[in-house]
Amino acid sequence: MSEASGTELLVAVIARLLQGCAHVAVGASSPIPGAGALLARLQSGGAMRVTVLGSQKNNFFTSGGVELFDLAAQGRIDAFFLGGGQIDGQANINLVGTGDYPDTPVRWPGSFGSAYLYFLIPRVILFREEHTRRVMVPKVDFISAPGVSDAGVHRPGGPHALLTGLGLFSFDRARCRFRLDSVHPGHSVEEIRDNTGFEFDCPAHVPSTPAPDASTLAAIRNRIRGDIAETYPQFAARLAAA
Amino acid sequence: MSAISLTSLETLVASIPDGALLAVPKDTSGVAMAATRALVRRGVRNLHLVCVPTSGLQADLLIGAGAVAVVETSAITLGEFGTAPCFNAALRNRSLHILDATCPAIYAALQAAEKGIPFIPLRGMIGTDVLRHRADWKVIDNPFVAGDPIVVLPAIRPDVALFHARCADREGNVFIGKEREVLLMAHAAKTTLVTVEEIVEGNLLADPARGGAVLPAIYVSAIAIAKRGAWPLAFADQYPMDDAAITRYMTMARSAEGIAQFLAEWDGGVQAAA
Repeated sequence: MSEASGTELLVAVIARLLQGCAHVAVGASSPIPGAGALLARLQSGGAMRVTVLGSQKNNFFTSGGVELFDLAAQGRIDAFFLGGGQIDGQANINLVGTGDYPDTPVRWPGSFGSAYLYFLIPRVILFREEHTRRVMVPKVDFISAPGVSDAGVHRPGGPHALLTGLGLFSFDRARCRFRLDSVHPGHSVEEIRDNTGFEFDCPAHVPSTPAPDASTLAAIRNRIRGDIAETYPQFAARLAAA
Repeated sequence: MSAISLTSLETLVASIPDGALLAVPKDTSGVAMAATRALVRRGVRNLHLVCVPTSGLQADLLIGAGAVAVVETSAITLGEFGTAPCFNAALRNRSLHILDATCPAIYAALQAAEKGIPFIPLRGMIGTDVLRHRADWKVIDNPFVAGDPIVVLPAIRPDVALFHARCADREGNVFIGKEREVLLMAHAAKTTLVTVEEIVEGNLLADPARGGAVLPAIYVSAIAIAKRGAWPLAFADQYPMDDAAITRYMTMARSAEGIAQFLAEWDGGVQAAA
């Protein structure tokens, strides 16, 4: 079997980050998180429930779009994924645009459910493949959702990790800082520093992100590729070609 | 049809006045694209468009046609086809007022209208720039527990809810399946206009297997038949998205002439497909 591709590595890392969750939800336009969640469910022996928005097979909602948000507010969703056109060192995310709102030289689609779900879901994984200074900025231009909140604000949820195409960070909510946990094979701490616009904690020795073992890789290539194809056929085709 | 009138697309959209607060569903919940085309053709202006809770081609086309003054939405995107061209252009030239929201806020504000109450509290949002830029949203103290700030949102009561559904019966009951967004929209709105793929015989509410997935006629103002009425968007398990048509839109939507040409071609496409 060939080595894991970059995408397969990300899928395996996501599955690891989701271990122990009872219910994971995956939002729209999220093929890699979707594949990672389905892998985590497989590894849990079916103990984990996964809801993939946009899927027919992996979505049990019958009350429309509002059901996801009601479940989140009740604590019935343990993990979710958010991204951002900009992400800063305090884990603030911006899904709206650059510049001085509403005059946004670059406008993105909008905040979706982030301004709510980030507050309520305990294990939010920030996922953005592009790891550049354009994305990882000192301070976001617009806060779609803040990394931390003032004392007194109802906030059972928040950032748990930041996964990019270069590495994996954990987030310390008390200190409001990211810590570099591992660097993906083929990349370096220096490369991550060069491409990150914010300060982060970095131990003297940063391990390499562990590659998926043979059985995990086989599961991704066979079972998971088939499962995710129902929602993301083009992504599944690319996964096969990699 | 005894309860409500079955009408033409043109008559259906004629009841959407200029300046209306118009609610439309997200791409996967039954977007009335044929009616949207008819609405653009009649030259509607100054719409306050509420996307429940997001939109794509429909909002972009209405904006490109100069029909929208205000848009309230959690996102507008053409998904894998890219950013919405007319939406972005209108923001750049400041011809569109945007009310950025978050998905559950739009649902909750419609739920307030559904209940006939003036406002509704909702978790989250405190400390976001979404809230900071919404002068119409407020933070109050939980009146039951001290030291618990919470956001309150005014009800959204649309003048018109417009969507596409699989079928209706001759009484005006509309089968909506699992797409409960449109049920919420219809409950909240003053009037509801529906396009359907077909009219079926019998009463949909009489069938216990389907009755729970029906919007009762009491909420429905008018229905028009529009075969493939969501095209070029996908509709439930009935037809997939027409990727080629949307790709073509993305290239043509860069100019007003392109939009006009796309609309003209669209007529031909619908006729060819029907």
